[in-house]
Amino acid sequence: MAAPVHDRTDADPAPARSRLDMLRRRLPRSTFGRHALLVLLGALAVVLVLETTSPFRNSQFATLSYYAIAAAGLTVLTGLNGQISLGHGALMAVGAYTTGLLLGSDGGPPLVVVMVAAAAVTAVVGVVVGAAASRLHGPYLAGATLAFAIAVPGLAIYFDGVLGGEQGMQIDSPQAPGWFGDAIYFLSANEMSSAKYLAYVGWAAVLVVLLLLANLAASRVGRVWRAVRDDEVAAELAGIRPGPVRVLAFTVSAACAGLAGSVLGIVVRLAAPSGFTIVLSLGLLTAVVVGGLGSLPGALLGGALLVFLPPAVTNLGTAAGLDSVAAAQLAPFVYGVVLVLVVLLAPTGVAGIVRRLWHSMGRFGTGNSTRRSR
Amino acid sequence: MNRFGRTGVARGRPGRGGRAAVTAMVAVAALLLSACGAGGRPSGGEGGAQPGITPQSIKVGAHFPLTGVASPGYSEIPTGTKAYFDYVNANGGVNGRQIEYVFRDDAYNPTQTSQVVNELVLQDQVFAMLGGLGTPTHSAVLDYLNSEGVPDLFVSSGSLLWNQPDKYRQTFGWQPDYEVEAKILSQYIAQKFPQAKVGLFLQDDDLGRDAEIGARRYLGRQIVSAQRYTPGNTDVAPQIAALQAAGADLVIGFNVPSYTALSQLQSLRLNYKPQWAYSNIGSDPALVGSLLSRFSEGTVTDAGLLDGVITTEYLPSVDTTDNPWTQLFSKVWQQHGDGAELTNFRIYGMSEAYAFVQALQAAGPQPTREGLVSAVERVGTQLEGPWLAPYRYSAQSHAGISGVKVSRIAGAGTQDLTPVQVTDNGDAPITPYPGPANTPPPNGIPVPPAG
Repeated sequence: MAAPVHDRTDADPAPARSRLDMLRRRLPRSTFGRHALLVLLGALAVVLVLETTSPFRNSQFATLSYYAIAAAGLTVLTGLNGQISLGHGALMAVGAYTTGLLLGSDGGPPLVVVMVAAAAVTAVVGVVVGAAASRLHGPYLAGATLAFAIAVPGLAIYFDGVLGGEQGMQIDSPQAPGWFGDAIYFLSANEMSSAKYLAYVGWAAVLVVLLLLANLAASRVGRVWRAVRDDEVAAELAGIRPGPVRVLAFTVSAACAGLAGSVLGIVVRLAAPSGFTIVLSLGLLTAVVVGGLGSLPGALLGGALLVFLPPAVTNLGTAAGLDSVAAAQLAPFVYGVVLVLVVLLAPTGVAGIVRRLWHSMGRFGTGNSTRRSR
Repeated sequence: MNRFGRTGVARGRPGRGGRAAVTAMVAVAALLLSACGAGGRPSGGEGGAQPGITPQSIKVGAHFPLTGVASPGYSEIPTGTKAYFDYVNANGGVNGRQIEYVFRDDAYNPTQTSQVVNELVLQDQVFAMLGGLGTPTHSAVLDYLNSEGVPDLFVSSGSLLWNQPDKYRQTFGWQPDYEVEAKILSQYIAQKFPQAKVGLFLQDDDLGRDAEIGARRYLGRQIVSAQRYTPGNTDVAPQIAALQAAGADLVIGFNVPSYTALSQLQSLRLNYKPQWAYSNIGSDPALVGSLLSRFSEGTVTDAGLLDGVITTEYLPSVDTTDNPWTQLFSKVWQQHGDGAELTNFRIYGMSEAYAFVQALQAAGPQPTREGLVSAVERVGTQLEGPWLAPYRYSAQSHAGISGVKVSRIAGAGTQDLTPVQVTDNGDAPITPYPGPANTPPPNGIPVPPAG
């Protein structure tokens, strides 16, 4: 309860500080309430952004949504519980194939049910992998999850009768229900396109996942995860059994990856082994590191980097007079350079930089307003 | 709390209800703003303005693996296509329109294919797609392109998926599908090697599956073993050893180039020397040669291993320098290429470009997307170009080139073993193609159809 004390001492002579406090006080008292308010604002922002951007941007946002969900799940696992996973691409494959099998050729159950089922199935896989992972540390854990990432796409080729083999399983993209299109038209006078609907579905999932993960991280469960991450022995002395905690963290993270895979399936309209290579798992880890380990907004930012950077670099390269092949080869290069630079210069990722800027700005802002008021 | 009432936002509304009201007002204002920005209904789809085409230009898109494992060889195809379009543009374009060709990298990853095709269709606003490469990659956008009504011409893959005009009317195959190729190759082997014990070396996907159907039709009794490999698994020792154990003295491979190299190296190791035959896609001597040298870490340095291997062809190859089409493509590549060597992959890309120019001419002076698709269905079987056998395009069939000739690899080139033969899927008979060899028009640009 430090804030009220601060109020008493220097709030009155500094109106800016008071304004900030006023805002803070106006926020709901419960953590859930605060997060829910943020998510509502987020939903508003999503509607605004999707309704004012081009169909191509909509499709990019749909792509961003599944990277964001998976990265959010991974950042919680790695940042809060200290487990590394190179197998999240494979977990996304489980979600995508589950979605494909459930949606089938003639519709199948409602989309929400399918997505929840995909997350649940992947969570079950997560329990199994997590149980093995909870006994491993550092490079051994990375190795085990790497093996998982390489093995799973192979299953799709082995069971090609059911899973479509190398050429993959086509997934029928769901159509926007009439009432949803009407509601959006009523609000924004824009017609519903298929790319936009998929973006809405993806972002609804993102917001739900962020809300749940933010609450989880702020709750007792999150504290226990951090305790196990920071010092296993100390956590055990405090009565925490690290094994089940690790398995739970992995399961939650796997459920997120499954949901992400489900969104990927309906956005890409295909689940194929070549879509879930080790490159995807490494890409997710990159997103998490660039965004800032353990930070949910960082996961969003890192996902955005994966989606927006390669085409931007390619287009810059073309504009600079490179031919298309050279411009395309530039993208992986710049991507690598960015990763190296982030690790060298800002090991806490974008979220860390923003946090630092925020703190120094906060000090600066207070000083400024104090001067003004005097 | 009220001492903060003087600040802007919350003036006079200190309570909880006030807060909700403020939020609601912000929301409504924001939505109203966005409604203003929307500017009314977008013009509705078909029949409206055609995207990607103006009186001066027409935009064509494609996806290819320009980076990653599949890029060697395949990344050269779009450079050939681009060179030929540049050549046509330098000679006035098609009906006065310059062809603008945009190709993007999908790294042979279906997820990325779906992203770059979204970019091509929604951002670049291409009029049509041309020659998108790969079975898994193009499957990811098949539904999308057809639901958006984008003509999807001449997919660079021999899968039968592209020939479903009832379901996917916009999509057309191009190269001879694997079944047709396997039928013609197998009939030749059945006639020339009636005593051979035949082994099949198959990629375990539609490539191997379609080909096996074609092969079993003519070699049913001669086949002693059919071995399948999973793409991505580079250890083919069990498959080659099984073929050897089954006593196969003639092995037909329906596989991609890297597995031609792997199977050759593995049989060297086992001292297994059957007569080899490879399908067209697995037998490009230049590419296989470079792969052999890479996989063997320099021990095997050229494609000499492939001497005497039986294969098929449906386009003129680089080494046939007396072929007028090869001469034309060399000229085009010299004028508009990037300075590298002309390869069979670039000839493939130029041939697709040639076919596209023909389709565009047939669609008339004011092409629409619908008009382009109908034009290919209407004139498809009569199109003449560098391909050795005619297309099968009609309203009922979107299958590509109907035949191949069987040849033998000799050095860097090939020798013909049979004339061009044509057939169709299923039990359609194989017949020699009576048509004379085509020669290119003098200026190298297709002559528009009369009227």
